Amino acid sequence: MSETQKYSLETNRLNLWYGNFQALINVSLKIKHGIITGLIGPSGCGKSTLLRCFNRVNERYGNVTTTGEIKILDKNIYDPDVSLTELRKAVGMVFQRPNPLPISVYENIVFGMRVHSERKALKKSQLDEIVEKSLQEVFLWKDLKDKLHTKAISLQLEQQQKLCIARLLPLKPEVILMDEPCSALDAEATRGIEELMFSLAGRYTIVIVTHNMAQARRVSNECIFMLLGELMEHSPTVDMFLTPTNPKTAEYIEGRYG
Amino acid sequence: MFIETPLVQKKKRTEAAAKIVFMLMTILMILPLLLILAYLLYKAFPILSLDFFITNPKNGMRAGGIWAPFLGTMYLVVISLLISAPIGVLAAVYLNEYAGDNWFTRIINLAVVNLAGVPSIVHALFGLGAFVLFAGMGRSILAASLTLAIMTLPVIIASTKESLAAVPRAFREACWNVGATRWQTIRHIVLPNSISGILTGVILQVSRTAGETAPVMFTGVVFFKKISEGDIFAYNLFDQCMALSMHLFTISTQVPDVPKALPYGTAVVLLGTVLLVNALSITLRVYLRARKKW
Repeated sequence: MSETQKYSLETNRLNLWYGNFQALINVSLKIKHGIITGLIGPSGCGKSTLLRCFNRVNERYGNVTTTGEIKILDKNIYDPDVSLTELRKAVGMVFQRPNPLPISVYENIVFGMRVHSERKALKKSQLDEIVEKSLQEVFLWKDLKDKLHTKAISLQLEQQQKLCIARLLPLKPEVILMDEPCSALDAEATRGIEELMFSLAGRYTIVIVTHNMAQARRVSNECIFMLLGELMEHSPTVDMFLTPTNPKTAEYIEGRYG
Repeated sequence: MFIETPLVQKKKRTEAAAKIVFMLMTILMILPLLLILAYLLYKAFPILSLDFFITNPKNGMRAGGIWAPFLGTMYLVVISLLISAPIGVLAAVYLNEYAGDNWFTRIINLAVVNLAGVPSIVHALFGLGAFVLFAGMGRSILAASLTLAIMTLPVIIASTKESLAAVPRAFREACWNVGATRWQTIRHIVLPNSISGILTGVILQVSRTAGETAPVMFTGVVFFKKISEGDIFAYNLFDQCMALSMHLFTISTQVPDVPKALPYGTAVVLLGTVLLVNALSITLRVYLRARKKW
């Protein structure tokens, strides 16, 4: 990775309104390539909104107005020549509840390839290879290699969530967004997903929204604390949890509110 | 300890009474249906045969079978659904998947719901004005089918929209976030998972179109028409035709001295066709349901 591409993701004075309600206020941040960034803050502070801005999927949810800039790999994604489908290829999202598509494990993984290719362009052998590679990357290959053609919906939740991550990988994303990816999972499954995140970090830039302070502390390299639509503090996780600069951050981390 | 108090005993009596009342109502509802069916079959039994299907009414409709009206109804049902199903389903896809939520789409949705409640005689007058007279189709199978199509369209749109809305949003989110277009989302995920509901909604309209009399008697259905027996291509699009519903009305009320079995036989065929189609739609639904799971 060259010096100029050190940041995967930058926002510059980003403002966002739902109708008349301003949900994001002047958010400027820079996220380094290949690290895990935690987005924390009390409910309604705009963390999920911010996350959904990064692949502009917000715009599918109705009356949204945005000003400011978001740069992914140095390209402003609000430029008029940006193709949303190409953008979402580069910036994938994982949700709170695992949402595998109601098709087979195999088809879930190649779904992204299929929607981004001409119908005839994909060869079976090539797809098989992609499926194996993606499943290996998320540690599911051993468990699922004989179940490739079962319905993805019938898997255990942890496997489903890993599959949802695996589904993004064939598209070679720059950024993976995770919106509370473990909140529907038990402790064991959470550990599984976290280990997976560590192994994906480096190759992919991960931004994770979490309500769980302990999780933010465990998994993230840097943390962003948001409050009422504003970015309050952005610092290395170690610093934020030991010596927060903003008194609001300190109070939140200590559990005084939230 | 744990003994039935008078209050508990009273509650138990109420409970038992409530159960009986509800059960009685259910029986009361089913019983007439079964009785009608049994009575019709009993009265129609002497006349039901293959011959009854494939001969035209004869002797001023006092004898013969129901070939012309039966075939006419088939034409009307099939042609009207061929028109209304594609338009209705595609319009519903647009309204549910593409159109945003603004005053204009809200008016359209309101209009759809209200149109579904318009009495069929009003559709008949519209069909007469628009297709028979204005468009110059004359009283014909085409004009009658178009009128029926207009009548079923809002119901098909409403039922299709419901089926589409039942597909969980999470599936759509999953698609958007790998960069699928709306059409790809619809084509690969939404339609395959709602097709059973959509088809059921469409097929249920068969019974409605087959049973309606008013919209077709102004626009293309006649009292009597002789066609070649056993030939399923006996009508063409611009012919007038007979229809079962109208035929039943005619032989029960307009023609004197009709043998009693004739109207009953006609009713059984009409009912049987509808039941057959409904059974088909349920089978299809069960089959398609079994293929999807979430």
